[in-house]
Amino acid sequence: MTQSSDAEVRPAAAPVRGNGGRLGNRIFRGISTSSGVLILVILAAVAAFLLYRAWPALTADTSAFAEVDFMMDRSLWAWVLPLILGTILSSVIALIVAVPLSLGIGLFISHYAPRRLAQFLGYMIDLLAAIPSVIFGLWGIQWLQPLVHPLFAWLSTHLGFIPIFSDYQAPARNIMTAGLVLAVMIVPIITATIREVFLQTPRLHEEASLALGATRWEMIQQAVLPFGRSGIISASMLGLGRALGETMAVLMVLSPGYAVNFLLLQPGQHQSIAANIASHLPEAGADGVDALIASGLILFAFTFAVNLVARWIINRRAEFSGAN
Amino acid sequence: MAVAAPPLPVRRHRRLPRWAPPVTLLASLALAAGILALFGQVTLGGLFALGALCYAVAITVLSRVVEGPRWAKDRLATALVTVAFLLAVIPLITLLGIVVGDGIQQFSWEFLTTDMVGVFGSMASGGAFHAIIGTLYVTGIAAVIAIPLGIFTAIYLVEYGQGRLKRGITLLVDVMTGIPSIVAGLFAYTMFLVVAGPDYKAALIGGVALTVLMTPLVVRNVEEMLRLVPNELREASYALGVPKWLTIVKVVLRTSIGGITMSVIIALARIIGETAPLLITVGIVQSVNWNAFDGRIATLPVYVYRQYAQGGPSADRAWAGALTLIIIVMLLNLIARLISRYFTPKVSR
Repeated sequence: MTQSSDAEVRPAAAPVRGNGGRLGNRIFRGISTSSGVLILVILAAVAAFLLYRAWPALTADTSAFAEVDFMMDRSLWAWVLPLILGTILSSVIALIVAVPLSLGIGLFISHYAPRRLAQFLGYMIDLLAAIPSVIFGLWGIQWLQPLVHPLFAWLSTHLGFIPIFSDYQAPARNIMTAGLVLAVMIVPIITATIREVFLQTPRLHEEASLALGATRWEMIQQAVLPFGRSGIISASMLGLGRALGETMAVLMVLSPGYAVNFLLLQPGQHQSIAANIASHLPEAGADGVDALIASGLILFAFTFAVNLVARWIINRRAEFSGAN
Repeated sequence: MAVAAPPLPVRRHRRLPRWAPPVTLLASLALAAGILALFGQVTLGGLFALGALCYAVAITVLSRVVEGPRWAKDRLATALVTVAFLLAVIPLITLLGIVVGDGIQQFSWEFLTTDMVGVFGSMASGGAFHAIIGTLYVTGIAAVIAIPLGIFTAIYLVEYGQGRLKRGITLLVDVMTGIPSIVAGLFAYTMFLVVAGPDYKAALIGGVALTVLMTPLVVRNVEEMLRLVPNELREASYALGVPKWLTIVKVVLRTSIGGITMSVIIALARIIGETAPLLITVGIVQSVNWNAFDGRIATLPVYVYRQYAQGGPSADRAWAGALTLIIIVMLLNLIARLISRYFTPKVSR
């Protein structure tokens, strides 16, 4: 495609006299374009290598995994299904906690806090995103786990008749705690997008609303939230994508298990795909590695789809945005 | 969309005086402290939760009586939004608090300059020198590949790209920022498994894994910086007969060099704490491995994880390692901030 679009470049770029710049242009353009293409190649390579190693596991029957101790004589799908459930469960918990929180933070920064303070506060929230996940794991064990213990105990004794709250067992190394740690980790990602969208709300909409005598909250309901709806959805999906793939926090906080149930407060019931890979890959034999890579491929496809849809919504929205 | 009825123009609204919210807040906190003291213990968390609840109820009721239901709703929303924000800051503060508090005990010059050779069982000595070297190697390899690749891709997207290829790359780079780190690790692991066989272990594998994570970050941030360069500068350069590539190098890149450096450092800070991909690719060792192309290597995040998993006195080393990691990340972020403040050209927006 280098030749095809050269014509558009030349009138602006070529010097008036001589060809001194043309070779340089070609080379520079070539390097830039191939860098862009290389990124696509890397992404394709990720999928290709995973698929190549996962293929034997995906097509094998149960007997092939008899020697893989962590699969406990199950077929690949019987083994992966609880993991998929655990992954989704922890992410959904994280999302339920994080989205309202992020909405509040986004609104606070964009419409409540004074301008200068808002910048600083935005920076504070961004700092959360910079903290390594392994440290969130430590924090989850050391600080969050003892903190939620009385709350979980209370839930289990008083609301235990609801299945999801029953059978709490201390210590709180359960999927709920893992979900809460994940929630803290995805808040900055969701907030960043939401804040951006809220700041783009057309000023005239807001002023029109206020001029009609609306309170600040009514103005937000009438102007900001409807304008930002698709942004909120895609931000949540970005957060979901992150939560699905987060490894260390789940690995450190959750006591793993392969059950299919919704006992959110009982340890030893669930495990996520990512944490499962991290805990078993270093010691796995060849068949085990194939199975783990197959589970990784499933995770990759899943997060890829979620992120793709989220980005698609964002991009589609940008064209209609009243702000430009 | 239904617009609420305009307010009655004749009568001015009765509003709560300015001092009402802070006074209500203090009263709520006092009430919460009282209730907690009655039931045994006053904890900071309990005080915050109960105080916030009391405040939200009190201000809403007060406002409803004095100002009417619409303003009461507004007061309630303000309270909830503020609480949401404070809730998000709590993890940050407690996290920094416990990492510094627990990490400072073992953290010393000796910790930074010794490795784990000859440290057994309950011995309290030993440090993270080997892990720091390993982290430098792995992130260094990632940086060497990801920085040029990312910058040139950003140049393509801003200066050359058009049509479907540009849209495709933009979309996929965005999607790539969401790749789980463990998948990036699996990719590097699998690639070297296929290409070099199962026995090959090296820092290089971890570096490749981090490259997959770092490149999209560099592209997105640098792209943003290049877009900030005003078109007038490019046009002025073309008008003087400067070829396009020289314009990019001498005008566009030079104008945004501060921003580009900042983007790169922020991307580095992001990947330097990645644990999962390194856990499965490079593992952990006890001593310094000076060779990036052969043998396992220790890295700081994996060191923290493994030391914590061992428990006992190792946990102290884990916290000291975590403190080291946080200091590095914060330093990088600080440097990036300073660079952006002093070197980025002022662009009116």
